[in-house]
Amino acid sequence: MENKFLSTNLNPEGLETGGYRIFRHPILVRLTHWINAICLFVLLMSGLQIFNAHPALYWGQKSDFQHPLLSMGAERNSENTLIGTTNVLGYKFITTGILGVSIGTDGRPTERGFPGWMTLPAWQDLASGRLWHFLAAWGIVFSLMVYFVNGFVSGHFWHRLVPTGDQLRHFGPSIWDHIRLRFPKGEEAKQYNVLQKLTYILVIFVVLPVTVLAGFTMSPGLDAAFPQLLTVFGGRQSARTIHFLAASALVLFFIVHVALVLVSGVWNNMCSMITGWYTIEPAGRDNREH
Amino acid sequence: MSTEKNMIRRGFLSQAIVGLGLLSLGGCSKIAATSWGRSILHSVEALTRRAQRLFLSPSALAPEFAESDLSPVFKANGTQSPDDAHFQALAANNFVDYRLEIDGLVERPAKLSLPELRALPAREQITRHDCVEGWSCIGKWKGVKLGALLDSAGLKSNARYVVFHCFDVLEKSPDGTGIYYESIDLVDAFHPQTILAYEMNGVTLPLAHGAPLRLRLERQLGYKMAKYIRRIEVVESFAGFGRGNGGFWEDRGYEWYAGI
Repeated sequence: MENKFLSTNLNPEGLETGGYRIFRHPILVRLTHWINAICLFVLLMSGLQIFNAHPALYWGQKSDFQHPLLSMGAERNSENTLIGTTNVLGYKFITTGILGVSIGTDGRPTERGFPGWMTLPAWQDLASGRLWHFLAAWGIVFSLMVYFVNGFVSGHFWHRLVPTGDQLRHFGPSIWDHIRLRFPKGEEAKQYNVLQKLTYILVIFVVLPVTVLAGFTMSPGLDAAFPQLLTVFGGRQSARTIHFLAASALVLFFIVHVALVLVSGVWNNMCSMITGWYTIEPAGRDNREH
Repeated sequence: MSTEKNMIRRGFLSQAIVGLGLLSLGGCSKIAATSWGRSILHSVEALTRRAQRLFLSPSALAPEFAESDLSPVFKANGTQSPDDAHFQALAANNFVDYRLEIDGLVERPAKLSLPELRALPAREQITRHDCVEGWSCIGKWKGVKLGALLDSAGLKSNARYVVFHCFDVLEKSPDGTGIYYESIDLVDAFHPQTILAYEMNGVTLPLAHGAPLRLRLERQLGYKMAKYIRRIEVVESFAGFGRGNGGFWEDRGYEWYAGI
């Protein structure tokens, strides 16, 4: 049993079990995938650094300091201990250690929105956080431009991301398979499954563009050049909130994405996103032993 | 497929993963500490400036708002009242003896009192103030158009930047680099919304917001909008001021072009 598990999950060839390899990811997809991954990582951590400069979110054109949608702060309890608090839509939560108050670089509890281990740089440094953020922002904008042009021109989007009618008709069973962590084999595994396709479409065509455009809306320069941005997002402070929420959605996607990469054959998946070659397991056999 | 080849491939994969891992926290901080790292990080600013200027026509206006949009409380950042004794004396006397100095690369250097400034072409605008920290407030500003002021002084042909010298010291330092100053280029200086405000929300500019005179530069962030302006100097290069980066916050790592 042990050997069988290894041979199906870890052997890149899968030859012993009658599998074969297909070329799955073209070079531009693999390249932009990893550039995007690095950029998103830097954008997220530097973004939390920027957020920490004023750890509150508002709705509309301006900041209503008395009524933030979300805010993080610190207060002292009766024993004079620093308590971290997070206010969400008027409800207060004690979040000491993570949000509002966390251990600073001096090893003592410090007032801070997100903790140092989540931010770039780790210490409070808005100026550097902005430099990193805009460097990675330019990186991902160029990378996404290459990805989008290639996706449309090569037919990648149309052939790989749009679900087939057959897939849509089996939407229900597909979800059930996913919940039980049963992943397609054989012919079926040659293309993305329907949940995968719909998630990628949502991330690529909705969440990423919304994050970028909401980011643009926070720029006073771009607001002068494209005032329509303010109309679309309902103001600069709304845009800042939407930017935060869309980035949170990307983090959620990242967690699910990495978890599924791990459980659906990490070696095969990593191999295919680096070399392009993906191993197809023979159909009619479940690689999950229990 | 031989095991050996598998191991090579696996070695390559682990190296790729480790490489990615190096870009984590420690890696980024180390890159930022090197001089080439710094220069890459700062070269992005030039890219942003050029890209924005490509889309931003010199006359494109920042959005303006209605009276009903005014912030009930307009946050004041930075200095709230300069310590400088000369400034305090001027303030105590309602800035009657205040004179704005205009010099440098101009044909006709001048010293202008507040009544003289109020007699020059003015503009009133309700605009959004964006702090680099992330918050925004909406206020109504009235002031003399900087372009008109520079026209009346007459720019020399080698004029490139306008430097604003301020009364406030934001950071005590023996070499004087803690004095607030700022600089903008001529594209922004002649923008129709670029004014030296002497009124805010219909009243004389309050002390916390930079009395008697502050810059409004509506297409950039708040830190560009110098308060407590003492002197305007037209220059060819701002390398000789402060620590050479064009402003108090620029000398502390922030971008000179703050349109983002």
